[in-house]
Amino acid sequence: MSDFLQMTLFGLSNGAILALAALGFVLIYKATRVINFAQGHFLLVGAYAFYAAIVVLGLHWSLAVLVGVAFAATLGVLVERFVLRPMIGEEAIAVIMVTIGLSSVLGGGVQLFFGTTPRETPQFLPSGALTMAGATMPWSRVAAIGIAAAVLVTFSIFFTRTRHGIAMRAVADDQQAALTMGISVRRVFALAWALAAVTAVIGGILLADLSGVSAGLAGFGLIVFPVVILGGLDSVPGTIVGGIIIGLLVQYTAGYVGGGLEQVVPFIVLILILMVRPYGLFGQTRIERV
Amino acid sequence: MAATSTGIHHRSYASELALRHTSAEKFRLVLVVLAVLAIPFVVSPYWLTIANQIGIAVIGAVGLNILVGYTGQISLGHGGFLAVGAYSSAILHVRGDLPIPLSVLLATLTTAVIGAFFGIPALRLKGLYLAIATLASQEIILFAVRNWEAVTGGRDAISVPRMELGGFVFRQDFHWYWVILPIAVLAVISARNLFRTGLGRSFMAVRDHDIAASAMGVDVTRTKVLAFAVSSGFAGLAGALTAHYTGIVTWERFTLEESILYLAIIIVGGLGSISGTVYGAIFMITLPALITRVGQDMQGTLPGIAEKLPAVQVVVFGLVIVLFLIFEPRGLARIWQRLKDYVRFWPFRY
Repeated sequence: MSDFLQMTLFGLSNGAILALAALGFVLIYKATRVINFAQGHFLLVGAYAFYAAIVVLGLHWSLAVLVGVAFAATLGVLVERFVLRPMIGEEAIAVIMVTIGLSSVLGGGVQLFFGTTPRETPQFLPSGALTMAGATMPWSRVAAIGIAAAVLVTFSIFFTRTRHGIAMRAVADDQQAALTMGISVRRVFALAWALAAVTAVIGGILLADLSGVSAGLAGFGLIVFPVVILGGLDSVPGTIVGGIIIGLLVQYTAGYVGGGLEQVVPFIVLILILMVRPYGLFGQTRIERV
Repeated sequence: MAATSTGIHHRSYASELALRHTSAEKFRLVLVVLAVLAIPFVVSPYWLTIANQIGIAVIGAVGLNILVGYTGQISLGHGGFLAVGAYSSAILHVRGDLPIPLSVLLATLTTAVIGAFFGIPALRLKGLYLAIATLASQEIILFAVRNWEAVTGGRDAISVPRMELGGFVFRQDFHWYWVILPIAVLAVISARNLFRTGLGRSFMAVRDHDIAASAMGVDVTRTKVLAFAVSSGFAGLAGALTAHYTGIVTWERFTLEESILYLAIIIVGGLGSISGTVYGAIFMITLPALITRVGQDMQGTLPGIAEKLPAVQVVVFGLVIVLFLIFEPRGLARIWQRLKDYVRFWPFRY
């Protein structure tokens, strides 16, 4: 029972961070129809920006978070303007490869400045652990779930209540109609990339606090695919459900089956979902079938 | 046959069927053949190793271009197929005691069958979704390789003894060059000719418009599965050659990065161009080697650069992909074509 509780907590916290990374992914896909293979590297860059601000510049962690977010937003806008905008209207393979190339540039850049040794970040989430029914539950994990949930709720409100959020949904729905209503599609594209980078940065900072920063953080970008396919590529609530399901699934498989099977289970789910229900649990059923 | 300013006019079926038409093309072919034959006698052992790697990459990349460039099915799982080829050939040779030519042939066929199996999602998925599905196949294949210890030896590397044929041991890169070169040439020629057959044409028909293709009587299901089989057959051959050439097989060589390298080769070379694939392989394999060389030469002036080199390679690799896609999405093949046109029409622009 105690193992189960602990696994559930770890699964939920990983799932919450996955949901954050997936949210950025879905934002970009919804607004611009681009599959962003560099999402994991945005997470990586964000975590290192935070690390650099806190350790190299010696800032307080709250300021470091702001620096990280500002850095990510700038990066997102620049990437959209100079890398993705020339690719509008190109084939799927070209768009995929340009984001893969981008991930290589980001990953290599981080390696260039920080080397390959993992770094320890100063902890800012509450330390200590809660013991409940024999299970130790680190407060930092509980806090990570709380922060991720708060961010996800903020974004949901942003999409339904603010002008920019509604403009983004309009562009996602029909670009030409949005243009005739006076919405600047370019600005929305830039905003989507900036917000995606910001969600990735928050995920990256949480991960950095839980497990330190290393090049391995980018691997999170691959598990985002099962999450978004399960939840639906264009569904914001889908990322939350998908993130939690995949997070829990990985932890339970690791705990009860073991043998490294947890690394591959998300991808088996991914293939099954693609074969049976390619638009995921909450996605729009607009997918083109062959 | 006569090549005039109004075009190439054929006077016999034989001349129409030829792969090279003009005397300029034939002349360039002679130059290329001479250069390729001279390479092992001229270059240093270091660059001969690179040449062998290029040869193997050409075989694998031609296979990937058949799938991505000619059939329009995106695959991020090519590294996995290379792994299947490498492991099958190594296991058949080391444990099954089969002679190498036979084990390589069987490995090629095995990979083709496995590739066809992992191509099944392509029957229902297109574009982005297919890319994600093949990404999953890559991860699943590598997981199987790492964990199926009874067969693959798990995470431990399999060491493969040096190739020996009729008492002759292929020990040096120089020997291997004469093994890899003919196979690579054969792969390129057979791929080039594939697109003059009905099967190759049906690949392109499916790429250009699958519904129109099926209206014209192309069996889309069969074509897609066959494209995956042919493509992964080439990958299996390249993987098997890697196994025997390097003498060691480990799963770490065939990760997602390998799949991405092969995609980069065909994008930089030119999607849907066999000659472009060759240029792309030369470019993408030579580039990191060049960076290493230049970095080592600069060691004196810029100490500490050696440890930065791997990171520089990764950044340059990514930059090359991004810049090619933005400025010349049709790759080196198109650049070469433009260069030839420039010379041909000079002093006019067109």
